[in-house]
Amino acid sequence: MAMLQMSTNKAAGSGGGDGQLAETAVKSSHKEESYAGMVVRRFKKHKLAVAGLVIMTLLSLGAIMAPWIVPHDPYQVTEAFEAEPSAEHLLGTDQVGRDVLSRLIYAARVSLMVGLGSVLISVTIGTVLGLVSGYFGGLVDMAVMRVTDIFMSFPQLMLILVVVSVVGPSLTNVILILGFLGWTGAARLVRGSVLSIKQMDYVKAGVALGLGTPRILFKHILPNALAPILVNATFGIAGAIVSEASLSFLGLGVQPPTASWGNMLTDAQSLTVLTSQPWLWLPPGIMIVVSVLSVNFIGDGLRDAMDPKSLK
Amino acid sequence: MEHLLTVNRLQTAFRTDQGEVISIDDVSFRLKAGETLGIVGESGCGKSVTSLSIMRLLGAKGRISRGEIIFEDKSLGKLTEAQMRDIRGNDISMIFQEPMTSLNPVFTIGHQMIEAIRLHMSLDKKAARAYAIEMLKRVGIPRPEVMVDEYPHALSGGMRQRVMIAMALSCEPRLLIADEPTTALDVTIQAQILELMKKLKQESGTAIMLITHDLGVIAEMADKVIVMYAGQVVEETDVFTLFDEPKHPYTQGLMQSIPHIDAEHGERLASIPGSVPSLQNMPAGCRFRARCPHAMEKCEAELPPLIPAGKNHLTRCWLAVQPASMAKEAAYG
Repeated sequence: MAMLQMSTNKAAGSGGGDGQLAETAVKSSHKEESYAGMVVRRFKKHKLAVAGLVIMTLLSLGAIMAPWIVPHDPYQVTEAFEAEPSAEHLLGTDQVGRDVLSRLIYAARVSLMVGLGSVLISVTIGTVLGLVSGYFGGLVDMAVMRVTDIFMSFPQLMLILVVVSVVGPSLTNVILILGFLGWTGAARLVRGSVLSIKQMDYVKAGVALGLGTPRILFKHILPNALAPILVNATFGIAGAIVSEASLSFLGLGVQPPTASWGNMLTDAQSLTVLTSQPWLWLPPGIMIVVSVLSVNFIGDGLRDAMDPKSLK
Repeated sequence: MEHLLTVNRLQTAFRTDQGEVISIDDVSFRLKAGETLGIVGESGCGKSVTSLSIMRLLGAKGRISRGEIIFEDKSLGKLTEAQMRDIRGNDISMIFQEPMTSLNPVFTIGHQMIEAIRLHMSLDKKAARAYAIEMLKRVGIPRPEVMVDEYPHALSGGMRQRVMIAMALSCEPRLLIADEPTTALDVTIQAQILELMKKLKQESGTAIMLITHDLGVIAEMADKVIVMYAGQVVEETDVFTLFDEPKHPYTQGLMQSIPHIDAEHGERLASIPGSVPSLQNMPAGCRFRARCPHAMEKCEAELPPLIPAGKNHLTRCWLAVQPASMAKEAAYG
């Protein structure tokens, strides 16, 4: 160790020009893996998260390629209504004779769009508000956090029901409503991270170097708060999928004939369907559970992988 | 020679729950180009607040309540925030105490250096990168062309402090404020960093304001020294006089508390009894009074001003008056 320090000392004295000394100094600071590499390695250890990622990838692929892989037109009404699963209709048909499997695949598009769309909106709003609130503090913080509190104290579902009944149910509206109501968690989370990050010396060093405030906020603080934001976003996706399903189940979400897992479940409100036609409600129910579970597992995995405090 | 930095009767206050608290009071000093000024004192005596006041980085709660800071011919207190941003990192740079946390962990050191360089110098990306590598080489980073793409976590504390110095000096500032640059480093690395700062100072003629609580560092680096106690300058002189004949009892106490290699076996190191008074209830009169072995009645009644105690030597102690008056008496006798 003493030798090493002497050698770096000499290297410093000669301006680091000496190749051999420089060689030893670099070898001593052994090559460490990048942050992204570490996250991937740690994520892979989380078996459930990997399984979740595989399922979500397949689901997404299915949703994107739906027009080419569905066996039937999901809106095509046929005479074979309420048909049991068969070779022709793998998951049977619904009350008006539409192919359940095709509808199920198309419905994945709705769920994923709602999940991603609304989370994109809510995380963007939440992140910006949280950053501003945490960094500037004082009155700004006060104002933003009180607004957040107000939004949080609304009974969410009831508010959504009221808004939907005012603006009318549609896929776009569901995305917008969930997005504009769901930002509170992200805002608080980001604010918390910013409060601790802004005390870090590298932020002070940035100010001392003459960097402007927006630059410090978005280019130096935000990247450091990205891990919790990302984890929060994955859980947000799961929440949005469930919310959409509930809304559609209640008839206030995506409107028929567009298929969504939620409105497909509506059929299960009838007792006969519930007891004797499980192919109508079991598949969408399972899809909701599987997709939400997968997203949650991914979130769990990400949290463990990205948390610098957890053990390598 | 014209002074680069003049701090004149600076007072900085912070808003707290108990009202406004004055952190540093009546701090004055001057610094010429190429000079190194050491600021010594124990924790909480206002060393860092002084430097942050110069950079105008006091945060929302702090403000300069009196006095002025003249840098070149600009009064820093009167500049707009945008003008101040232009000075920070360009004319005045700062190095912080903790090299381990002073670099953003999510960017490569090159990225951070290039950002700072391009902010103040009109260089394109490629030129800025070449310049960053050049700077890394100057501060003794081995294989700078490889290290420029490393993330901070791959570097040791000493290496990171070198990077911080490279960054701070890249825009050739007129003044470098080093706030305890070596406190977090172990002694061998400490010596290297000090050596490096000396070398760079000689090359570039940058004035350095070195803040530390380590008198060894002061002896090594400084030309001029100010000793601070409880938010005030208590002694100001050149480095040799400070070590040869410290006048203020606080400085004397500090000198006695340095371990010496020729100490008697079993001899205990002297320490200054008591602790620094809190900012909220600063005593009237001399602030060191309660801990001073020479405290007199006068110390309680009246705060001593900075009294000349020789050539280029000022001390905030009534004791400094006495020899002069005794000398006068002797002259009359």
